[in-house]
Amino acid sequence: MVHLRYFASLREQLGTGEEQIELPSNITDISGLTRWLQTREEPWKSALADSRLHVAINQEIARPDAPVTDGDEVAWFPPVTGG
Amino acid sequence: MIRVQTGDFDVGAELEQLRRDNNGRAGAMVSFTGLVRDINAGDSVAEMTLEHYPGMTEKALEKIEQEANTRWELTASLIIHRVGALQPNDNIVLVIAASKHRKQAFQACEFMIDTLKTEAPFWKKETLPEGTRWVEPGQCR
Repeated sequence: MVHLRYFASLREQLGTGEEQIELPSNITDISGLTRWLQTREEPWKSALADSRLHVAINQEIARPDAPVTDGDEVAWFPPVTGG
Repeated sequence: MIRVQTGDFDVGAELEQLRRDNNGRAGAMVSFTGLVRDINAGDSVAEMTLEHYPGMTEKALEKIEQEANTRWELTASLIIHRVGALQPNDNIVLVIAASKHRKQAFQACEFMIDTLKTEAPFWKKETLPEGTRWVEPGQCR
């Protein structure tokens, strides 16, 4: 299982903050997982198309080509605005 | 040390605690306090809610503090960031850097708050008279 998390405006757009999924066997990296989620009906396709979104794997910022494996926690979120 | 909390912090008490912890080693302490403003981008703000990514937030703040301690010779440092619902004039964030001399303390304090603003997973949502909106990076003016 892979733990998926969504934060802030993205969480509101998608209407969910987290979910557990079985990682499809043909998905190996972040960009593949994002594309797979975009095959769901709207708002998934457009919400995840935002090029400003950041992704973290196991709570560390990750690049789109970073590998995803079973047991990972993967998070998508908009640019941060703390401070 | 880093802390993420819903409750308020006392800037004076935190500075005093760090002063005591320094025990004579520091010659300078620099602090930055971030506050909720009553107007942002021309609109009056009734409330601000801070969302964060529990777990990753603490890791990110610890990394920022460690990096500051690597770059500058600090005798003590502290980052406190609040989350949850805040009102105008409330404290949001406190950063303190203590060092032998002021220049290191000034630079380390500025580095920590600047890096926090672009790397720590916090998101601000404002409640305005017309409804709510997520703050965009660089939108605050």
